[in-house]
Amino acid sequence: MTNRSLIAQALLLIAIVLCCLFPFYWMVTTSLKDQVVALASPPVWTFTPTFANYVEVLFEDKVGASLINSLIVAVCTTLLALVLGAPAAYALARFEFRGKRDLWFWFITNRMVSPIVLALPFFLIVRFFGLLDTHIVLILIYLTFNLPIVIWICTDQFRSIPRELDEAAVLEGASQFRIFRSICLPLAAPGVAVSAIFSFIFSWNELMFALVLTRTAAKTAPAVAVGFMEGYNLPYGKNMATSTLIVIPVIVFALIASKQLVRGLTMGAVK
Amino acid sequence: MKTGGVSRLTIFGFLGPAILSLALIGIVPLAFAVYTSLHKYQLTNLRRTPFLGLENYQTVLTDPVFWDAMQRTMTLLVIVLPLQLILGMGIALLLHRPGLGFLKTLTRLSLVVPMATTYAVVGLLGQIMFNLKYGVVNQLIGFLGFDPVNWIGDPTNAFIAIAFWDVWQWTPFCALVLLAGLTTVPGEIEEAARLETKKWWLVLRHVQLPFLIPGLTAILILRTADTLKLFDMVFTMTRGGPGSSTELISLLIQRVGFRVFDQGLASAQAIILLIITIVLSQLYIRLIYREVQQ
Repeated sequence: MTNRSLIAQALLLIAIVLCCLFPFYWMVTTSLKDQVVALASPPVWTFTPTFANYVEVLFEDKVGASLINSLIVAVCTTLLALVLGAPAAYALARFEFRGKRDLWFWFITNRMVSPIVLALPFFLIVRFFGLLDTHIVLILIYLTFNLPIVIWICTDQFRSIPRELDEAAVLEGASQFRIFRSICLPLAAPGVAVSAIFSFIFSWNELMFALVLTRTAAKTAPAVAVGFMEGYNLPYGKNMATSTLIVIPVIVFALIASKQLVRGLTMGAVK
Repeated sequence: MKTGGVSRLTIFGFLGPAILSLALIGIVPLAFAVYTSLHKYQLTNLRRTPFLGLENYQTVLTDPVFWDAMQRTMTLLVIVLPLQLILGMGIALLLHRPGLGFLKTLTRLSLVVPMATTYAVVGLLGQIMFNLKYGVVNQLIGFLGFDPVNWIGDPTNAFIAIAFWDVWQWTPFCALVLLAGLTTVPGEIEEAARLETKKWWLVLRHVQLPFLIPGLTAILILRTADTLKLFDMVFTMTRGGPGSSTELISLLIQRVGFRVFDQGLASAQAIILLIITIVLSQLYIRLIYREVQQ
């Protein structure tokens, strides 16, 4: 390969990195600007950073509480999806039974369905039971996308575990549940962890259900962030401080799982 | 009956909880949506919900507003998907070339950032970066000698801004999926092809493309489904405006259901959207599988 093409490749790669990271950079720097600097026209690139926006949103604007709501919802729905999904994945990977393909297809379709289709009836049902603005409602409805993700990734993982291991255990007289819990589950831990990360990210990022199903007490962070932009003043700094607080944990998790990102986002269709 | 040495009861023990809960939160509400779609179901007047039969469906199917929103959604897909595929393919090929190990790792990690950024935050960031007066986008194009553009206030420009964000957020996804496909091409086949020809597109067309088909299928299906679902980013950036220029299908349904309070009509729209989604994904799966078999 010639030197010139290597340099061209390097320059293109640097351009890609800059394109990917610039909005993130702009978000973080805007969050460190005070209101006067944030509303400078044209925008300024050098300024004295301030953490006032973070202090304000965390302690005065209930963003702290909404982050805790987001955390509660995302963690609970992820755990629930794992408890329900991992055994199902094991069954799909290990047992033969009628209707397995149909079941499979049903799980895929859940990934395709627009959330607004479920948001309408869910709102009416939840309102009827007086459960609007509670954590449990979001925890449950997030299962509609978390459960398929967990089942998909974990099924893949269980399939990769050699069957000889369980056959040996069957000869020892172990029940299927014991084989699942004591042999396969520990071996499938990487897949389970990845599906947990995905489930957490999707739940943490979700906006529409949160917007429709919560009011104040259970409002999640993205829903609160959106509320800032209503009205006539433009609290850019506060807004971006909240956004940064929302985005940072997601990016950390996504980077941890970056090797499995493609597998997770295509539900195992591409490895 | 025994199936592979495992009793039905055991299988149900493993699968039952997942199926039952998904049915409870996925199918029961759907059935209820079908019920509301057959009634006059206004949030402002829930005392009286007379049965309407298929009237809501008739309204939706003949409603230009619904089809306009559907058309906008499809237009967006038709604009962004080729861009994402071409740019994604380019990035994947760049990352697939040998050399520059550190820079390539850095690029791969950077690609994760747009995908992981909360969709709602992308929309908020859009409001700030595309702002007419305070936005950095107008400043940057100003450096190139262009006049400031009213991005969010103008129907066409708002649509372009949304398409831009979608391309920013999902090109990395296409790139990583296609890169994963490129790495499945056996090394010796690729090397032999490169000895035959110096033209990279010939290698791509005749050697690498067959290995990319599963990835392309996945991209096609998932991007279509995700565009039909697209809500968060557009809602936070433009609320569907100005006018209805960026009111995609899910924003329209949300507005009819929760701002016009006509749950019956919104449910009918949602059910039709669901049918369209299922038909499209079935169509895709069949079409592509035939491609592969040829």
